[in-house]
Amino acid sequence: MDLIGEKKFDFVKNRKTAYFISSVIILIGLISIIFQGFNYGIDFAGGTLLQIRFDKPVSTTEVRNVLSEFNLSQSTIQNLSENEFVIRTEKIDSEQRKEILSAFKENLTDLDILRVETVGPVIGENLKKLAIYALIFAFIGIILYITIRFEFKFSIISILALLHDCLIVLGIFSLLHKEITISIVAAVLTIVGYSLNNTIVILDRLRENIKFKTRESFENLINISVNQSLSRTINTALTTILPILALYFFGGNILSDFALALFLGMVAGTYSSIFIASPLLLEWNKVFKIEEKRSKIATKKRGKK
Amino acid sequence: MNWTKTLRITSIFVVIFIAIILSFPLNEKIKLGLDLQGGSHIILECIDTPNAPVDNDAVNRVLEIIRNRIDQLGVSEPVIQRQGTRRILVQLPGVDDPEAAVEVIGKTALLEFKNEEGETQLTGAHLLNAKESFDQFGRPVVLIEFDKIGAKEFAEATKRNVGKILSITLDGKEISAPVVQEPIISGKAQITGKFTVESAKHLAILLRAGALPVQVEILENRSVGPALGRDSISKGIKAGIAGLILILVFMLVYYKGFGLIADFALVICMLLIVGALAGIKATLTLPGIAGMILTIGMAVDANILIFERIKEELRLEKTFRASIDAGFSKAFRTIFDANVTTLIAALALFYFGTGPIKGFAVTLTIGILASMFTAIVVTKIILELVANKFSYKTLV
Repeated sequence: MDLIGEKKFDFVKNRKTAYFISSVIILIGLISIIFQGFNYGIDFAGGTLLQIRFDKPVSTTEVRNVLSEFNLSQSTIQNLSENEFVIRTEKIDSEQRKEILSAFKENLTDLDILRVETVGPVIGENLKKLAIYALIFAFIGIILYITIRFEFKFSIISILALLHDCLIVLGIFSLLHKEITISIVAAVLTIVGYSLNNTIVILDRLRENIKFKTRESFENLINISVNQSLSRTINTALTTILPILALYFFGGNILSDFALALFLGMVAGTYSSIFIASPLLLEWNKVFKIEEKRSKIATKKRGKK
Repeated sequence: MNWTKTLRITSIFVVIFIAIILSFPLNEKIKLGLDLQGGSHIILECIDTPNAPVDNDAVNRVLEIIRNRIDQLGVSEPVIQRQGTRRILVQLPGVDDPEAAVEVIGKTALLEFKNEEGETQLTGAHLLNAKESFDQFGRPVVLIEFDKIGAKEFAEATKRNVGKILSITLDGKEISAPVVQEPIISGKAQITGKFTVESAKHLAILLRAGALPVQVEILENRSVGPALGRDSISKGIKAGIAGLILILVFMLVYYKGFGLIADFALVICMLLIVGALAGIKATLTLPGIAGMILTIGMAVDANILIFERIKEELRLEKTFRASIDAGFSKAFRTIFDANVTTLIAALALFYFGTGPIKGFAVTLTIGILASMFTAIVVTKIILELVANKFSYKTLV
């Protein structure tokens, strides 16, 4: 059983369409990032998070009313279920927390504290720095590795494909105003690794074809390599996305945003590996005026186009 | 079956056996992170105040006192570490009431006795002992006892304030305001106030351990209650099993015979991952479970790469055995390259991440290594065994 069969898709001819679609999505994301910014979780912005479960159903308005007695009506209140809420406020110390929880118990109903997180602004800033360092470290490591195993321009193309994927995920998260926590950063880094996984498989095939199929032009080789890798790439994408979907639906509230980031990243990563990465090599050659060394027959074929 | 083949097969069984021994019984052998077993992760910093600047001595004493307080709370296996010049890391696994624990740890706990003018008559510096108890009405109280010096100070303070209110404050907040009936020379007293059994116990702990010499501020506090922890474990396991089943079924449906081989290798891969986690005593966190689930998906990738390659070789009219060999050697380099880059990302996360993220990085790394091992060793052996008995046609 072959999903793809013998049909071959011309990725080179249709690359401008792919570029366009990507640009639109990334542009929308960038506009959101610039104007709406990110919804930083307390990991990065500092603050206090309370996850509480009431004994009886309570409305968000009731919760907010109690909070306004403490001048905290501006807090983010997320309603996870009828009884369960996640409240994000500025940093409040344990004394105040006790008072607020007592106020809840008195005015509304008895409750269980499921989770409390407090992060001071200094630690938050620190975490931001660490996250950026981690990303830079990963990027540099990857550039070095791919340059050694393949060649420099492959590594730059791979990084561009990666940035494409990260921007799409971050853009959508900004658009949907989803919280950016340290787990999301971990998800982005995982996507970095995985997207690379995909891109390398195709580039590896390209490298092999360049070496052995000397009679084909560079454009044809790109098409051939991607088409050859299509079956594997799509199947791998499916098998990796299946557990992520399982995480999203069964993993509970804490993991669902994390799973969403992974899902978007995987889809973007698969898409970029197939439609963007290899064709970009053509643009690179055009920009830097590089002629791939091909046999005479190949150059003749190109000339005829 | 020749000698090397027997050796390889035996070694696989040995590895699996070791993994199983290391992992079972599961609930004892796997170390759970605070987000799964419930507990608190707290970072305190010592702050300079005009009266009490922070020096090395002060930080050490704070460490001591906090250790004392935690001992009295009865938390099992706490972690209390100094971090840098003025920070202290406290980890309390499995605490039932994280909020109460934080209170007990972070409070300066300065006990003061003030007269009606607000002047401090004495402090809790010379307390010998403190005990929670009940008064004649059955209300929770705290019994305190001063040492010789404290007893003398206390006697003088009570003598000066007979008939007047002697306010007792903790960190500036009044907890009791008794009227002094007569001078107390015994050095013993009873603090009555709005106490619950629990708050009396906590106050006693604080007084016994002593006041912190400097002020501390809680920089970071992440506390997960046991209910949420249990919830997270069950959800994580459910998601993991669901994910695994989805993949196993998909592989079976799409790749049929090959798929069955891959599924077999996958189950072994999972065993190895769990065994490795238990073996190196790594901490499993909620993101860590997610990492494992992810790795399963990526583990399949290696098998898919191999099978697709073998199919290609077969299309070139090679024999089944030759296709297997060629497919493996060609696929190996790709598998290696692709996995190394994910390892680089995992390394970055491990180095710069903390707590749950580190757990994620560790399980991701273990998963990738395990998946490479099973794809290259286990899948190959099974394929070779199968190639001897069956033809390609029966597998697809």
